[in-house]
This record gives sequence, C-alpha cells and structure tokens, in this order.
Amino acid sequence: MRSRAPTSLLALVAALLAAPASGAGPVAKGEPAPAAPASARAEKAGGAPAEELVQAEKPPFTEGIFPCTQCHQGPGDAKRRELAFHDDVQSAFDHDSEHRWCLDCHMNANRDVLHLANGDAVPFTESYRLCGQCHGDKYRDWRVGVHGKRVGMWNGQKTYYLCVNCHNPHSPRFKPLKPEPRPMRPEEMKR
Amino acid sequence: MTPPNGRLTVLNGEEEAGTGHSRRAFLQMALGGAAVAALGACGAEDLLRRHLHELSPEDVQALLARLEKKYSARYGKKVTVAATPALPGVEFAYGLDLSRCIGCRRCVYACVRENNPSRRNPQIQWIRVLEMDKEHGVDLQHANPYYEADLVPRPGHFYMPVQCQQCRNPPCVKVCPVKATWKEPDGIVVIDSEWCIGCRCCMAACPYGARKFNWAEPDLPAAEMNPVTHYLGNRPRPRGVVEKCTFCIQRSRVGRYPACVEICPVGARKFGNLLDPQSEIRRVMETKRVFVFKEDLATEPHFYYFYAT
Repeated sequence: MRSRAPTSLLALVAALLAAPASGAGPVAKGEPAPAAPASARAEKAGGAPAEELVQAEKPPFTEGIFPCTQCHQGPGDAKRRELAFHDDVQSAFDHDSEHRWCLDCHMNANRDVLHLANGDAVPFTESYRLCGQCHGDKYRDWRVGVHGKRVGMWNGQKTYYLCVNCHNPHSPRFKPLKPEPRPMRPEEMKR
Repeated sequence: MTPPNGRLTVLNGEEEAGTGHSRRAFLQMALGGAAVAALGACGAEDLLRRHLHELSPEDVQALLARLEKKYSARYGKKVTVAATPALPGVEFAYGLDLSRCIGCRRCVYACVRENNPSRRNPQIQWIRVLEMDKEHGVDLQHANPYYEADLVPRPGHFYMPVQCQQCRNPPCVKVCPVKATWKEPDGIVVIDSEWCIGCRCCMAACPYGARKFNWAEPDLPAAEMNPVTHYLGNRPRPRGVVEKCTFCIQRSRVGRYPACVEICPVGARKFGNLLDPQSEIRRVMETKRVFVFKEDLATEPHFYYFYAT
C-alpha cells in the first residue's frame, strides 16, 4: 500500500500529522487514539511489557485522486447537487444519503482534510474523530478495543484498525462475504 | 502456587504417582531389556518415560529435543517444540460477539493453518460454526454446521462458532483415566498427546463437541505444516489421540493473539487476560451482555459469548 502512495501524499500526511503530534499530542486535541494512560499499563500482571498501540495505515485513496487540491482550489459551491465528477462515489453513496452529502464531512475550504460538525479540520488519518461524532457508542467501544479489531500482542504492542479499514465511509454497512467451505460430514471421509 | 522453574505444572498440584509408575513398570516387565533395545533409542525412551509432571526440567528438554529432531526429519524443515509455561498472573479468557459474527468460517481455516490438524482423511477442525435461526435463538435443535451459501450472513440466520470453552470445571479432565489432559494455571485445558491412550472418554464427556479424534494417521502435507509448535498445543499428533483448541498456546503464551482473533474480518473475537482490568476482555465483561454456553452444566467456561449491540 505504502509504495503506491505518491511522495506528495506522504509529505502531506506527514505535514498534517506534525501539527497535532508536536504539541500536546492528539490526546489533548481530540481524545482520539484508543489509549489508556501509559503509567496505568506499565506494570501489569504477568510482568508484561507496557502496552503500545500502533495505528494501522489507513486504506489508500483511489489512484491519482489525492491531493484533492489538485483540482479543488479554494471553496466551491456548497449547495447539494448531482456531480458530474466523482460519480463512482455518488452512485455508491449510502451513508444516510437522504440527509447528507460530500461537504458534510469533506471540508469545502480545503478538500485535503475532513471537518467536524463545529468546522474543525481533521486529517484523513484521524477520520475516526469524525465518525465518532455520530457513532459515539461505537467510538467508545473502539477506543477500548471492544469494537473493531486489534492484532499483535494481547499484552504488548498491537495494531488497531481504523473505522475506514473495515467500513467504506461512503457505504459503511459491512458487505456480505463468500463463506469458506463447509466441514466434511463424517460419512464423506474415507474409512 | 508457584510453578517449579521450567516445569509444566498442574493446577491443583496433587499428583498421584500411581498411574505413571504402574504403566512404566508394566511396560518394562512386559518388554524386557532386549526388546527395549530393539525398539531403538527414541522409541524406548518415549514409551518408558514418566508422566510430564514427573519429568525433571532436563528430561523435558531432552524430550523436546527428540521431538524436534523427529518432526524436522519428517517434515523436511526446522520444527521447534516449545514448552513455554503459563505466565504468572494471567488467566486467559475469550469473547465472541454474536451480534457481529457473519459465519464466513475464516477462523476455521486460520486455525487449521496454525495448528497442524489432519486435513482431509480424517478432516479435523477445532472450530465449528453453527448457523442458527434468529427465530429460535441459541437452540441446538436448529443449528446447522454444514451450511453452504454464496454469501453470508444469510437472512434470518445468525452464526455461533463453537470451539473448546476452556472450562474451569472441565468434565473432560475429570474422566481421563490416565491424566493425559489437565487444566493449566492460565486456564487452558491441554492434552499431552504422548500420554493419551485414545479411549475417547473425554469426547463423550465434553458437552461442546470440542474434542476431535485422529481416526487415522493424520494427513498433514509438509508444505502446510506450521513449524512453530508447543508441546501441549500444535505439534503434530499421532494416530489414535484426541486433540482440541488450546487458545493457540504456542502464540498466547508468548503474548500473541490466537490466530482466529487476528483473522476475523468483523472483529467479533476478543482475547486477553481476565486478571487485567484494562484488557479488552474485561471491558467486554463489564459493559456488554455476556453469556456462557450451556451455563446450566456448571462447566464455567473461559469462553464468553456476548452481544456488543
């Protein structure tokens, strides 16, 4: 995934991350990363190492579409309408589509970021803060590892997936899957 | 109770010397020195050895080395057999979110790839996913493990994966006539497949159908064999012994999540230390609707089903 991202994207993501990460950290900004205070976790039962949470890489953008500011410079028409471009997203859009459209989440003034209900900018790498505004119950569960998935060490470093790693933000309902083969019935096994 | 260093321990510590001794004595008497020599070094040592709990740490190491050598030769790659003991202060528990599971069976095959069961004849799978009717709820009269579908979840159904429930009060352990299966201090119920005599009493005793029997020589292609093994877990089993889920003991005892947890595409599977108030499993216990399967049998599983929504 990483190799596919153009250098400009990486630079931009780094720039976006630098802002909240340098100061008091994302914790002060918007209670994001599902972390417990490090001190509380430092010495746990079993002499386990202090827990470290690592954010999974967010899914890649559609090839060539980012940064959005290549096309959208400055604010555009904020009125909801049928789009000529982005018709792929528009046709698949199923996220309270009756009431919402692009600019309810994407920032009109700067399309390279998202925005919260109060207008604050949110980078794509922290989209969970945006999701959490409406889905507070899921957000609470996710921050403590009950909703969503974590992989790695149960008593140490683990990677947590973002909302958008599993849910398409434009059509978030989980899609049905083809199941793996059924087990053999006993009579089907050779004796 | 502190386990003696490096040794695998039983939970309740009370060990009867009887079983181990009598079997050993019997075999020695029956076979005689010459016959024993004829068996070859490896075979004789394994046949005449004592119960795992009676072995010294050096004997355990020698046993592991013999097995590593045997498996490495058989599968043509470097196989490791660990005997990592239970971590102190850890009691494992597992949570499965029935409101999320979609019945895709990814867990079944992740388990198979990790744990080296026989692939086809016989086919052994430690996880069985039951398709149930929403109309009837959790009712085994309406459970189907053999469902086939183009897409899951199918309307009107929900799915309930069942594997070893790692009971605190395990009926399977109670009935074993040779103490080949026991409960470890971290709550995992294990089997010593070197010691199992294949009587299948434990299978009859288990109310969850979690134990599987190797009716024939296991069919495990070398290419698919996972070489990172634990003595009490996923090392290759011989014909005629019972096996089952061990919460991926070879992974969980070194801090990793079990394979089924990591594969689940909907994040329905949770795992952790019940004694750690910050763990995911404790959050589940404290904030969700939780039940245990067949609660009325008082098996007191370490495996919890819950509904997150």
